[in-house]
Amino acid sequence: MTTKKRIALLVALLMVFSCLFTVGCGSDDSKTLNILNWGDYIDPELIEQFEEEYNVTINYSELPSNEEMLIKLRSSDNIYDLCFPSDYMIEKLLAEDLIAPLNKDNIPNLANIDAEIMDIAASFDEGNTYSVPYMWGTVGILYNTTMVDEPVSSWNILWDEKYAGQILMYDSVRDSIAVSLIRLGYDINTRNADEVKEAADELIWQKQNVLLAYGTDDIKTTMINGKAALAVIYSGDAFYCCEENTDLAYAVPEEGSNIWFDNIVIPKSSDNKELAEQFINFLCDAEVARQNTEYIYYSTPNAEALKLLDAYFTENETYNPSEAIRSRCAIFHDLGDFTDVFNTEWERLKTS
Amino acid sequence: MKRKIFAYPYIVWMLLFILAPMLFILYYAFNINGTFTVSGAWAVFSNADTWSGLWDSVVVSLITTALCLLIGYPAAYILSRMKKSVAGLMSVLLVLPMWMNFVLRTYAWQAILRDFVPDVLGLPSIMYTQAAVMLGLVYNFLPFMILPLYTTLSKMDKSYIEAARDLGANGFVTFFRVVLPLSVPGIVSGITMVFIPSITAFTVPAMLGGGMNELYGNMIERAFKMLASEGNYSYGSSLAIVLFVCVIISTVIMNRMDKNQKEGGQLW
Repeated sequence: MTTKKRIALLVALLMVFSCLFTVGCGSDDSKTLNILNWGDYIDPELIEQFEEEYNVTINYSELPSNEEMLIKLRSSDNIYDLCFPSDYMIEKLLAEDLIAPLNKDNIPNLANIDAEIMDIAASFDEGNTYSVPYMWGTVGILYNTTMVDEPVSSWNILWDEKYAGQILMYDSVRDSIAVSLIRLGYDINTRNADEVKEAADELIWQKQNVLLAYGTDDIKTTMINGKAALAVIYSGDAFYCCEENTDLAYAVPEEGSNIWFDNIVIPKSSDNKELAEQFINFLCDAEVARQNTEYIYYSTPNAEALKLLDAYFTENETYNPSEAIRSRCAIFHDLGDFTDVFNTEWERLKTS
Repeated sequence: MKRKIFAYPYIVWMLLFILAPMLFILYYAFNINGTFTVSGAWAVFSNADTWSGLWDSVVVSLITTALCLLIGYPAAYILSRMKKSVAGLMSVLLVLPMWMNFVLRTYAWQAILRDFVPDVLGLPSIMYTQAAVMLGLVYNFLPFMILPLYTTLSKMDKSYIEAARDLGANGFVTFFRVVLPLSVPGIVSGITMVFIPSITAFTVPAMLGGGMNELYGNMIERAFKMLASEGNYSYGSSLAIVLFVCVIISTVIMNRMDKNQKEGGQLW
């Protein structure tokens, strides 16, 4: 065999290999809906229900952060038809022109969404053109009442040496730095590098002196098993933990906190836009939304679903915070290039 | 000629899954949005965190490797002295946990360190400490130390030991002058097989260190997951290259040691 032939054979083999990877799933004729969501963030029964009603196959994937979602959507071979980014990430997706405007004629159930929440959502998606609120919640402190007997009303308690080695922080840039910023009396969307630096310095002190760990999902188990006294947590997770261990309680500190909204959007690259809109409509159905919120414990923006829920949910301050709590919380906004400052400070904190 | 054809799938495999990813890393390290730049590489190079992070990782990996050697050598030695049938069974038992994914096993360690140790044994919990990370690493990589050592030790010609004893060497001298030098190839491959995965580890420190005791691998992971959303793969790729160079250097040192041994150089 000559060298030329050898090279030709090699190239041919290479092509066969790469075809196997890229073409593999393209030839299917039945409709497929590709969904990218957070972990544990939909009742799987509802996926099956939609698949049966609309005779489609749903390809459901999960991932742990807004940032990773952005990387996927930005990639040229994005396959997803639906995803569930948070407020500030919508601003970024809009700035990068990655999501498509919704045809509201296909989503009549949009009328079920609480008008007040639609107004807040309009602050990151003007005119509610590109997104539909899916779930919302607050960030607060989950504490074990057998270990903490004082009232939890300030973020300062997370820096209290009395609880050294019993405090858990949330392993996410925006959330952790926001806690520190609020405690210092600064805006969570600050674009002042000195304020961010000061907030990071406080977190470094906390890490070196009183912190047990930075966690994500493991915070839930650690708190339920009573292995830590205080933890920064999202309201839905807090609700779940309080149900599993009745010694636990949740508080949104007086200084204020972050209120967040996760929303359903359709990436521009989707070629199943109408089907995706049908799925959004399905999720906005009052009964479906009720079942979903009862499964995932996060608060629903669906006013009609809220009416169907029993008092166990609606009278729970964690699930349905009062106006007083909501009014002291702020939403995150995309920081544009200033994100770099947050990332650099976060890197300094994590390597300290 | 025919035999060469059988090698092509491996060449394709290597091109696709070994060479291509490395070229991608090299490309991204020096490119931001399609233009050549050294800013990412310089950001890594000039940042003191890179070097302190790398140093911490080297120290942790060296300790892990040393612990694996200290625990693994006697285990391999005992194994090699057993009857072949028993030793075979024992080495299967040693590998048995590896049939389960190591992430699952590390989850199990989370539960052991967080709940079992303080609640059942009544000992202080070491969860989320450097010690927990090292325990996780030693646990995961110990078989990679024991198996090459066991292979070398069990293949060793017993007549060398008999000769040493005949010539009046006691057990202690026999071990240090005969057995240990002869097992250096096993030691070297054991060290390589433990040191390299430890220095690149990021799952175990993430799961058992609680974000408090991160290794270099976690810096790379974070760079790709977080900084990449800013359109900057360059920083992560440059971090990866630094680690890559570090691994190459340690591999070269290991190979040199092995070669010296084969050429009769006295190491011990």
